[in-house]
Amino acid sequence: MEGQYSEKVMEHFRNPRNVGEIPDASGIGNVGNPVCGDIMRLYIKVDQNEVITDAKFKTFGCGAAIATSSMVTELVKGKTVQEALTISNRAVAEALGGLPKIKMHCSVLAEEALRSAIDDYMAKKKKA
Amino acid sequence: MKKVYLDNNATTKMREEVLDAMLPFYKDIYGNASSIHEFGRLARRAIDDAREKVAGLLGAASVEEIVFTSGGTESDNFAIKGAAHALKAKGDHIITSSIEHQAILNTCKFLEKEGYKVTYISVDKDGIVDLEELKRLIADKTILVSIMYANNEVGTIEPIEEAARIAKEKGVYFHTDAVQAVGKIPFDVKSLNIDLASMSGHKIYGPKGMGALYIKKLTKITPQMQGGHHEMGKRAGTENVAGIVGLGKAAELAKKELSDESKRLTGLRDYLYKGITSRIESIRLNGHPDKRLPNTVNVGFKYLEGESIILNLDMEGIAVSTGSACTSGSLEPSHVLTAMGVDPAETQGSIRFSLSRDNTKEDMDYVLEVLPPIIKRLRDMSPLYEKGKK
Repeated sequence: MEGQYSEKVMEHFRNPRNVGEIPDASGIGNVGNPVCGDIMRLYIKVDQNEVITDAKFKTFGCGAAIATSSMVTELVKGKTVQEALTISNRAVAEALGGLPKIKMHCSVLAEEALRSAIDDYMAKKKKA
Repeated sequence: MKKVYLDNNATTKMREEVLDAMLPFYKDIYGNASSIHEFGRLARRAIDDAREKVAGLLGAASVEEIVFTSGGTESDNFAIKGAAHALKAKGDHIITSSIEHQAILNTCKFLEKEGYKVTYISVDKDGIVDLEELKRLIADKTILVSIMYANNEVGTIEPIEEAARIAKEKGVYFHTDAVQAVGKIPFDVKSLNIDLASMSGHKIYGPKGMGALYIKKLTKITPQMQGGHHEMGKRAGTENVAGIVGLGKAAELAKKELSDESKRLTGLRDYLYKGITSRIESIRLNGHPDKRLPNTVNVGFKYLEGESIILNLDMEGIAVSTGSACTSGSLEPSHVLTAMGVDPAETQGSIRFSLSRDNTKEDMDYVLEVLPPIIKRLRDMSPLYEKGKK
């Protein structure tokens, strides 16, 4: 049905996974702006083997924005940084059983938040 | 689960009395109102009776000034296009406001494509139209001014009496989209001295797909539906007798109960808003503090986005809406709040609570119990909230 959320989206919206912050995060991604109605902040913790051991988020946005944030944190945990870079917005949307067309930009935002967090991690690593 | 419906500016639950009045016209009284025989005469009599009731609610001088339509949208289309087409020789300029319903705004856009010029007057922070701007904008080629009586999103009641006077002094037709006002607050076309007014059935506990356009005697208007001589030659098509009867009944009941009900709803509305302000921080009232529909309160919750609030309330059985981004299939922030100068970030978290005759104090208490933890949970999730706290 057009414009309706899947069961999976509603489930993640009701019980979002990994809400919060990581105080000693390895990388933080910030994307979106309030005028557009979505802001995502994604925290990742990376160990010495380049494996993402933890991910958390804070999101201002609609049901789809919260669900995609939740899903992307679930998808990256346990993956290496290189593997995480291959996670596309489509993969996030598919893992949620699809998104209404008008909400696909939320999955794009989730992908961008992840890339931004990884970029931040890489930049920090270079400096160190 | 308890259900509390607070989206009555979107639509209302039809009253039992209205449905009871309509049913015979779906069963035994099925004649075509244009037929001369008894079957037809019975239908005609019912339509005449309903027209009288609608005329009574609107304060029309004559029943012939009421034309039945398929709803508020058709009434708005008919008024704007009908007047524009009829007055084409006189001019091509239309003035409306920036906070109108889509039925007005998109009809105006359509006319712009036909070559008409449309000016959109601005509103202040409470949503009140700028009458000085209206005065300045009326020119020789101006043929119509259309300003809504009360806004659907924030409930602000416009100074229509003065606006109509300004238009009439310059000899310009005045239309008002009174869909949200009729039946909720006193509305009288005669004392307002307006030419055209739109109303809808389903906003006043009547049937969906029914509305009316008030057309003052001698007003020039081009029919938008061609066919038979129905509705005094102004709107062709076999009458929706049951719908018309339902609209008539709803109008009759609204007129009878308006005074008491508007007082009761104002009390409930303010009780709800006071309760919200005492329980939740960082909120704002959207709309005029006093000049506002008795049933409408629009609250902005800072640091939040509206859809996430609606979905959470929906899970608790509470139905509300937002003029913001996500719900209406548009990602644009509310054009009404934007016109009122609300900070773009803050237009996102605005929620409209619109009450009805069925709502009670217990309903408001339920909202006040359920809402604060939802707002807290969403704010804890919002990256904007911590910024706000600093």
